[in-house]
Amino acid sequence: MINAGELRKNTKLMIEGDPYVMLEVQFVKPGKGVAFYKCKMRNLMTGSLLERTYRSGDTFEPAALDERKMQYQYAQGDEYYFMDTKNYEQVMLTAEAVSDAKDYLIDNLEMDILFFGKKAIGITLPNFVELEVTQADPWVKGDSVAGDSKPVTLQTGLVLQVPPFVEEGTLIQVDTRTGAYVTRVKK
Amino acid sequence: MPSLKGLQLRAELFFQIRRFFRNQGFLEVDTPVRIPAPIPEAHIDAVPSHGWFLQTSPESCMKRLLSQGYENIFQICKVFRQEEYGARHLPEFTMLEWYRARADYSHLMEDCENLLDFCIGNLWGKKPFVYQGESPDLSRPWPRVTVSEAFLKHAGISVEDALATDRFDEIMAFNVEPALGANPVFLMDYPMEKAALARPKPGNPKVAERFELYIGGMELANAFSELTDPEIQRERFDQEEKERLQAGKAPYPPPVRFLQALETMPPSAGIALGMDRLAMLFADTTDIAKVNAFTPDEL
Repeated sequence: MINAGELRKNTKLMIEGDPYVMLEVQFVKPGKGVAFYKCKMRNLMTGSLLERTYRSGDTFEPAALDERKMQYQYAQGDEYYFMDTKNYEQVMLTAEAVSDAKDYLIDNLEMDILFFGKKAIGITLPNFVELEVTQADPWVKGDSVAGDSKPVTLQTGLVLQVPPFVEEGTLIQVDTRTGAYVTRVKK
Repeated sequence: MPSLKGLQLRAELFFQIRRFFRNQGFLEVDTPVRIPAPIPEAHIDAVPSHGWFLQTSPESCMKRLLSQGYENIFQICKVFRQEEYGARHLPEFTMLEWYRARADYSHLMEDCENLLDFCIGNLWGKKPFVYQGESPDLSRPWPRVTVSEAFLKHAGISVEDALATDRFDEIMAFNVEPALGANPVFLMDYPMEKAALARPKPGNPKVAERFELYIGGMELANAFSELTDPEIQRERFDQEEKERLQAGKAPYPPPVRFLQALETMPPSAGIALGMDRLAMLFADTTDIAKVNAFTPDEL
């Protein structure tokens, strides 16, 4: 069991049958009075936000979550399929659960899939992913009007600002945490 | 992480506070941090230490000194409370306590006004004092508001109803405190059940002579006209212990020598002021970490 006093950012706990992750805990205690914990949490199944205030003495069931290394396979409509390369087991994540990570999903990319029981509920991407530039305006040397960055389209459809010298067909590294261009990669 | 300004102001405050109490003839005392029997309080949990406990406040030792004839005493010390951790709380923090024999809580309100005047005068001079974008009106006397008035005004509920529905602390924390504003205010006369160590107010035994000082909506100090009747004190402690047991907490050993000392303690008033909070106010920060060298997470 988790005591209210142990609630911290990133604590994963069960509320009314659903797993939640703690986003923010504010400790409030009037002089000599009981302690309160003003909590902001996200439902890991639905993504919805929940704000609740708990008091000292309240207890919670920890959420039993595990992470498994899996490989991205393909998407079909709103369904994204991943495979465990050890036992070839396949799981599906909805577009909602994949969320913005879809911009980085390329064939055979390895990542951690978060499970609640048997159900896959989320993705932890690698910090850096290599993606190919599929559309870019050509670079004209000495073109000062173009500035120091330009938008390009990557193989996943993601549009990104990159330095002007990045050309179509180039492989680039992107930081998935910030969504920013990092560097060109040699093929 | 501390800010340079935070640590400098903290150091300056220690210096000014010692000067203030010295000037008034107070004796600085230095009592043990590790004690065999903490004061039983329902919502304050002491940290165990080799069969004894780390103090949650220096109250019991300082009151024993009062009973031995030391009449005006102050202390700046570390105190420890389990699981108190947030923007305004640390499980180890610094307390200023002072006691006056033959005085009541109204004297302590004046002490607070004098002490803050002294510190601001010496540290700020003619510069305006600003906290979180507002300049608190420090002209004296600071408003004295009863808890009953504050509950009716800010929450539209009587203290009796709040207590009957077990919502007193909740309303205090989420309705009253946030509405107190930038200016200093003494919130006074707490219901008896919320002041186990304070004496009843003459003529109104339902309330206790307890006050809390707020500035910038932040609780800075808690004060009592001290209860000096050992029998009533013992009953109040039993009640607090009962609440602790109901909440599944381990019992404390009874503070026998403290209760004995009450028999010879003169009528007195005592106050605890959070040094970290005062430093936060002066350093214009809402984060206690900014005025401490290290928080537990940084150790």
